[in-house]
Amino acid sequence: MSVTERDIFSGYMTTGHDWNGIKELNSPIPRVVLWFMLVTHVYAVIIWTLYPAWPLGNTHSMGLLGGDQKIAVAADVATATAARADWTTALATEDFDTIRANPDLMGRALATAGQLFGENCQACHGAGGMGGPGFPRLSDDIWLWGGTAEDITVTLRYGINSPHPDTHVAQMPAFGRDGLLSGPEIAVLTGYVQTLGAGVVPDDPSEGAVLFQENCAACHGADAKGVEGLGAPNLTDADWIYGGDSATIRLTLLNGRQGVMPAWQPRLTDAEIRMLALYVEGLHTKGAEDAQ
Amino acid sequence: MIAILTPRERQIGMAMAIGLALLGLTMAALGGHDPIAVHGFMALALGLALVFAVGSVLEEPAPNPARLQQYYDDPIKVGIVLAMIWGVFAMTIGLWVAALMVWPDATFGQAWSSYGRLRPVHTTGVIFAFGGNALIATSFHVMQRTCRARLADQLSPWFVLIGYNLFLVWAVTGYFMGVTQSKEYAEPEWYADIWLVIVWVTYLVLYLRTLKRRAEPHIYVANWYYLAFIVVVAMLHIVNAAAIPVSWTGAKSYPAFSGVQDAMVQWWYGHNAVAFFMTSGFLGMLYYYLPMRAQRPIFSYRLSIISFWGITFFYLWVGSHHLHYTALPTWVQNLGMTFSIMLLVPSWASAGNALATLNGAWHRVRDDATLRFMFIAAVFYGLSTFEGSFLAIRPVNALSHYTDWTVGHVHSGALGWLAMVTFGAFYSVIPQIWGRTAMYSPKLVEWHFWLALAGLLTYVFSLWNAGITQGLMWRAYNSAGTLNYSFIESMEAMRPYYIARVLGGALFLAGICVGAVNIWLTIRGARDAAPDRPLSPQAAE
Ligand code: HEC
Ligand code: HEC
Ligand code: HEM
Repeated sequence: MSVTERDIFSGYMTTGHDWNGIKELNSPIPRVVLWFMLVTHVYAVIIWTLYPAWPLGNTHSMGLLGGDQKIAVAADVATATAARADWTTALATEDFDTIRANPDLMGRALATAGQLFGENCQACHGAGGMGGPGFPRLSDDIWLWGGTAEDITVTLRYGINSPHPDTHVAQMPAFGRDGLLSGPEIAVLTGYVQTLGAGVVPDDPSEGAVLFQENCAACHGADAKGVEGLGAPNLTDADWIYGGDSATIRLTLLNGRQGVMPAWQPRLTDAEIRMLALYVEGLHTKGAEDAQ
Repeated sequence: MIAILTPRERQIGMAMAIGLALLGLTMAALGGHDPIAVHGFMALALGLALVFAVGSVLEEPAPNPARLQQYYDDPIKVGIVLAMIWGVFAMTIGLWVAALMVWPDATFGQAWSSYGRLRPVHTTGVIFAFGGNALIATSFHVMQRTCRARLADQLSPWFVLIGYNLFLVWAVTGYFMGVTQSKEYAEPEWYADIWLVIVWVTYLVLYLRTLKRRAEPHIYVANWYYLAFIVVVAMLHIVNAAAIPVSWTGAKSYPAFSGVQDAMVQWWYGHNAVAFFMTSGFLGMLYYYLPMRAQRPIFSYRLSIISFWGITFFYLWVGSHHLHYTALPTWVQNLGMTFSIMLLVPSWASAGNALATLNGAWHRVRDDATLRFMFIAAVFYGLSTFEGSFLAIRPVNALSHYTDWTVGHVHSGALGWLAMVTFGAFYSVIPQIWGRTAMYSPKLVEWHFWLALAGLLTYVFSLWNAGITQGLMWRAYNSAGTLNYSFIESMEAMRPYYIARVLGGALFLAGICVGAVNIWLTIRGARDAAPDRPLSPQAAE
């Protein structure tokens, strides 16, 4: 069976095996393969000697240089934190006026906050804080809870309707679902809210105006311009969180709204929260500039 | 096709079909509103269809004993057709998934079409459905031809093929319904996993029985690789799929391992799925069809031995390179890294052995697109194993991990190596088993080749760029000591690359569609006297 023969092209003998016409050459293993093998094995032995690599019962080999990534990463984080401490401490402790007056500090704070905003806020509030349905625009001058860095710091620390005990609470009741208003009343109010752009007419006798003063004014104000500190938005401007079309207003009245803004403490450090507050405070000026 | 079964095989087949229908009925009845009931109905329908199919020939006379003088190619034909159907389907889904990275809203608001459900449909579809059917079909072909023996019986190949495809249908339809174990490349739930074990063990037994009947003194290298593929995949699957079902009548289960142990088992499995499913089995394919087509002897028998044992030994240690810089202890990472480096030599030895085999046949590589498919496959096998070993080095992985570089690497392997060698093998085997001297249109094979190559290059170059850009953006610091870019900015920077990837994917898909048409026309075309290797006389089964 086993007949070896010489392959004319390569000059090597075959092994004598033959499978369906497939033969194999009995050529030697090329030198380069053996060298290559040697190099990779030497590399492995060096790594094993220097670093932890092999299990030994309950422990493992330590290697001459040792090295544990958990310790390494903790050390790296500590070094990086220390390297930034000069200005981050100032940001966490100085009052905002002092910080605003320090261009170097402001420059670092805003550059860092831009990245923090992209990482933590943009998913909800949109690029540059432009907002979107359900998420208020931060690049304008309309605020539910105040637009100074001081106010924003509080909003960020504790959130809105968040589980934090000090959270802001903003509850738009579910008038329809909870039976506070009837269907026809909701329809009337929906229409009325859409006319508010023109402002509230004093002593308006219409059904919508009466219902509004009875049910809504406590939170949204008798002039419907909102009450800062209750989180109830101004209904007379063109700026809507959820939407000013009749279908959306109807849904708001039927089911209520309780937008949730997470509490960022302790997820972000105090310095980071304050950088973000300065950044958000500056967004509307920036937004106005961009618009020009 | 069914009438060739012996009366005894028909009886056993009938019993099995009834058993499957009853299994399906039980699952459907007890499952209630759980997705397992839907899968029960599928098994019931398949079981009933098989009952009717086998029933229709139950009383027919026994088949002509002359069949024993021929190879048994029917299951191969069905396997190839299934592989092509799955391939077109899964690559279409892949194109959709790629498009979602550019136009994220293209899910049309449906739960089943969300990214998280479509992605495993694509990965399971290409690796296990397209690749798996191709492996099963070609293994039946290679083992019969290199052993000069007919398959050991006529029933178990069908059980393997139909059973495996039932597993695939369960897996893929399960993802659409949200059924998943959440382990990458091992998503199917416990009942599908158990079913696969039964199928796979039957496959192993069939392979061994056929090898035992061989009329050749030696076992050819291709068979070593196929066998390693079957044995190791069984081992990996059984360990990694270990899970505790929440209830026997529901789909949900929880893995037996937890925490970092679970992660390590998962990636020990995951990497060896790469090694033994996506490498070993396909090397078996390459080892048979490449020398056949090139009409050259294998360059070096000794190199084959080194690379086979090297690959089989080293691969099993390297899974931890998927978990660099995670909760996995550092020593496990270092060990996986060093073994990944040592693995490079046997990997390159197989790629080199294949390329050196082409010495003396380069004119055929130039003229024959089928051989060129396999040439490119060997080149990309070499490239992706080099890249893999490189990515396994921890500091390199610090840059590449979680980026699209990994995805680029995967596709240099999956498109450049797996798919290319499969197409080469298909274009070699199809004319032969359908009794023709050549494919219907060699021109279309050329078209397929160039479309596939263009798609492959567009795909991997765009993602290499994407991955490295991402990795660099994620680690860039500004003068304040802060990260320079937010994640979303790195996503925005990806857009051009993702568009290029869609284009690459579309070209590759166009290629396989051309291939499918050509294969269909070849199958339907007239037979001519195609040469095949004479079978050595066999004892009755
Ligand atoms: C999960 C979504 C979400 C994320 C993330 C988020 N916010 Fe908010 N944010 C909201 C919602 C919703 C509101 C409005 C709550 C309401 O309607 O009462 C809000 C309100 C605010 C307000 C109050 C606006 C006002 O008019 O007083 C500020 C300021 C704010 N967010 C800043 C941020 C900053 C800075 C970040 C990033 C650290 C951030 N938000 C991240 C959802 C989010
Ligand atoms: C208990 C206080 C409270 C009362 C009473 C109340 N609201 Fe509100 N309303 C809110 C708060 C707080 C929000 C903001 C909710 C949020 O942003 O998640 C809000 C939001 C809205 C919005 C959505 C504004 C937008 O920008 O999309 C509309 C419209 C509205 N209220 C109309 C009414 C009407 C009409 C009534 C009377 C029937 C009413 N509200 C009564 C507190 C109140
Ligand atoms: C020497 C051979 C190889 C080595 C050492 C290797 C190594 C690696 C490494 C280091 C990763 C990245 C892990 C991460 O950072 O997440 C990876 C990912 C991957 N490789 Fe390879 N690779 C090799 C060959 C191949 C081949 C031939 C294929 C065939 C297609 C392949 C398919 C994959 C797949 C599918 C992944 C993605 C895993 C995931 O989903 O995260 N690899 N490989």
